[in-house]
Amino acid sequence: MTRLIIGPFNRVEGDLEVRLEIENGQVREAFVNASLFRDFEQLMAGRAALDALAIAPRICGICSIAQSAAAAAALANAAKLSMPPNGQAALNLLQATENAADHLVHFTLFFMPDFARPDYQTKPWHSETRNRFMAGQGKMAALVAIARRALFEIMGILAGKWPHSLALQPGGTTKPVDSAERVRLKSIIANFRRFLETHLFGLSLKQIAALASQDALNACDQGDFGLFLKISRDLDLWRLGKSQTDLMSFGAFADPQTGESLFAGGIWRNNALAPLAPEAITEDIAHAWYGGEQALHPSQGATIPNADKPEAYSWSKAPRLNGQSVEVGALARQLLSGQPLIRDLHARHGSTVAVRVVARLIELARLALAMEDWAEALEPKAPFCHPFNLERTVLRGAGLIEAARGSLGHWLEISEGRLRRYQVIAPTTWNFSPRDAKGQPGPLEAALVGTPVKAGESTPVAVQHVVRSFDPCMACTVH
Amino acid sequence: MTRTHPFSFLWVQAGSCGGCTASAFEHESGLLAGQQPELKLLAHPALSQESGEEFSRVVEQILEGTLLLDALLVEGAVLLGPNGSGRFQMALGFDRPMSRLISELAGQARHVVAVGSCAAFGGVVAGASGRTEATGLQYANGLAGGLLSAGWRSGSGLPVINIAGCAPHPGWIAETLLLLADGALSPDDLDSFARPRFYADHLAHHGCNRNEYYEYKASAHEPAQQGCLMENLGCRATQAPGDCNRRRWNGTGSCTNAGFACIACTVPGFADGSEPYLETPKVAGIPVGLPVDMPKAWFVALAALSKSATPGRVRKNATESRIVVPPAPRIRSQK
Repeated sequence: MTRLIIGPFNRVEGDLEVRLEIENGQVREAFVNASLFRDFEQLMAGRAALDALAIAPRICGICSIAQSAAAAAALANAAKLSMPPNGQAALNLLQATENAADHLVHFTLFFMPDFARPDYQTKPWHSETRNRFMAGQGKMAALVAIARRALFEIMGILAGKWPHSLALQPGGTTKPVDSAERVRLKSIIANFRRFLETHLFGLSLKQIAALASQDALNACDQGDFGLFLKISRDLDLWRLGKSQTDLMSFGAFADPQTGESLFAGGIWRNNALAPLAPEAITEDIAHAWYGGEQALHPSQGATIPNADKPEAYSWSKAPRLNGQSVEVGALARQLLSGQPLIRDLHARHGSTVAVRVVARLIELARLALAMEDWAEALEPKAPFCHPFNLERTVLRGAGLIEAARGSLGHWLEISEGRLRRYQVIAPTTWNFSPRDAKGQPGPLEAALVGTPVKAGESTPVAVQHVVRSFDPCMACTVH
Repeated sequence: MTRTHPFSFLWVQAGSCGGCTASAFEHESGLLAGQQPELKLLAHPALSQESGEEFSRVVEQILEGTLLLDALLVEGAVLLGPNGSGRFQMALGFDRPMSRLISELAGQARHVVAVGSCAAFGGVVAGASGRTEATGLQYANGLAGGLLSAGWRSGSGLPVINIAGCAPHPGWIAETLLLLADGALSPDDLDSFARPRFYADHLAHHGCNRNEYYEYKASAHEPAQQGCLMENLGCRATQAPGDCNRRRWNGTGSCTNAGFACIACTVPGFADGSEPYLETPKVAGIPVGLPVDMPKAWFVALAALSKSATPGRVRKNATESRIVVPPAPRIRSQK
């Protein structure tokens, strides 16, 4: 058995190191180290309750809107405050903008460049992939940067700036939209839609969102989506990096009028929908550099760093649901929301590299379509924000939302108007968690087992595909 | 100083959120997408093709002096803890703390640039808890001397250049680099906290959409109202260096335009937790933080005068979410 340590693991957000034990040309065991600790939970302690809205987004400059939304939701939950339909529509637009941009950037800048590596130079698709996706040279990076910048004018209109805005409040959003801004939003979204249809899919978003089976998917041969599907078939990415866990989503994008989620929450277990009980969440610290109690619900959680703990190997705690590790992300959301293609793919292959990537792109198409509806729903003459007031007693709140990469939870406790406890579980905390007290590995650690490693590979290319298929955000993971 | 094209730079992430990278990626020049011919990005942890050993080799060549480094860009606070060991962030692939790797790289670079308030002063990460022993490169909050001493100078003779902001505007980052590449940034072009003066000589207040409300002290009381945010809702734009409202963000945006307070994110210690962000600290009903360079007595007198002169239109609109009283119709007077 040989050991391989891959770090720094690039083209992910933040610091990541993966240790592999290799036997007979494949990974036998994997250990994931989230190697940066910044202490955000403790940075909240003692501050005015609304300061959470300024500190939380700064946990992550990539998922900044999502972190804001979770903090605002936790404060709203503590104060039993709802938001007007306009606030919800604006919140949905902001979250969808960040989410859509993340999916597009992940595909173009993080995931696809691996297929431009010399490892694949004999493949018939290599030179096209290289021209389009080689980091720093491929033409798609520049085009995506332009499309993203145009899309992010939505951030300028609704959030003032990105990253790190204070526009999201417990009772709605701080920026009323006038009638001219509303039609500007619609034209920005329409431009983004054209970009996706022209470059990424080569098909209309409605056609993409309506795909219902792998047979229908196989007929997609246009754009970068078609190129990716060709590569997936050739390298059998449908079988690579299989994770066996249940999948979870907190539910996302409440309808401004009805409150119903566009992407329903729950658990996907044994090919069926099961209800989610957030009270069954714990964070295990057996193999993380922390002291204190072994496994607590985040509303009771503590963060006590101990860099000298011998059995620890990561700054990430290990979140578990009913003691089990679960996978979160676009795949979970699309499965739970009943998107027929993703249900078909998951039933055939399980959660694998190609299924995760296709789920992300299907979600991207569905989001761009939904954004048109939310912009349409804005009513310039109606309110955007309800005022926030705290009673001067002890309050607890939980904000459970979906970031681009999966389920994000903030749990807080307030007394005398000050934050006394703040705990965060981010999507990649779930997906890239270390082992727990029972020795149960996290989803990535389990998914890497069996991944082929060729002789002489120092950064095995198949391992790169598996790791990046989860679209990790390490800044969020440890916070 | 001399013009250096292409100008090579290495981007390193210390204790960061990645937001400065995300902001820089927004710049219209394609700064981080390989589109700017004057600039050559040697390596970036989120964007390089290379990973693992291949990536570390680029950094090793810089340390050995075989690869010339015009500018080291650091994003994020330097974490010295726990107990000075630096183990809250190990430099992966280098078997040493990131803090040490950054010191070593700084010794090889012609220029050192702190991108964002964390790298400049410690920022949010150097907030109240203190457990991570976070610091900026050459300042610890407002005090000179951080990872590097107060008197430290890079190969070019400049101190660490602090592109303060959380996150900084994409233009601040790109223009600082382009000025360095052109040899056009001298010590005189940096302010007292070594921030580039091209943006730090302005105040975030300049060009604020709410200017008329400010002039008449017609204030918002709640979020999503149109009035001035200074009196009640915590706005520090009159005290915060930055051309935010002149330059605008993500197209036409700015913090104050979107209805929330400027939290002075370009200022050392802005996250020290000493004051709440979203309410205005007051003594005897008067905001403690007054506009810079303005004598307090004059401010109080002018505020009282302007409040009594506030047009009804401005007073009414200040607490509404949209304009309910438009300006009175005017035609050019007939002679």
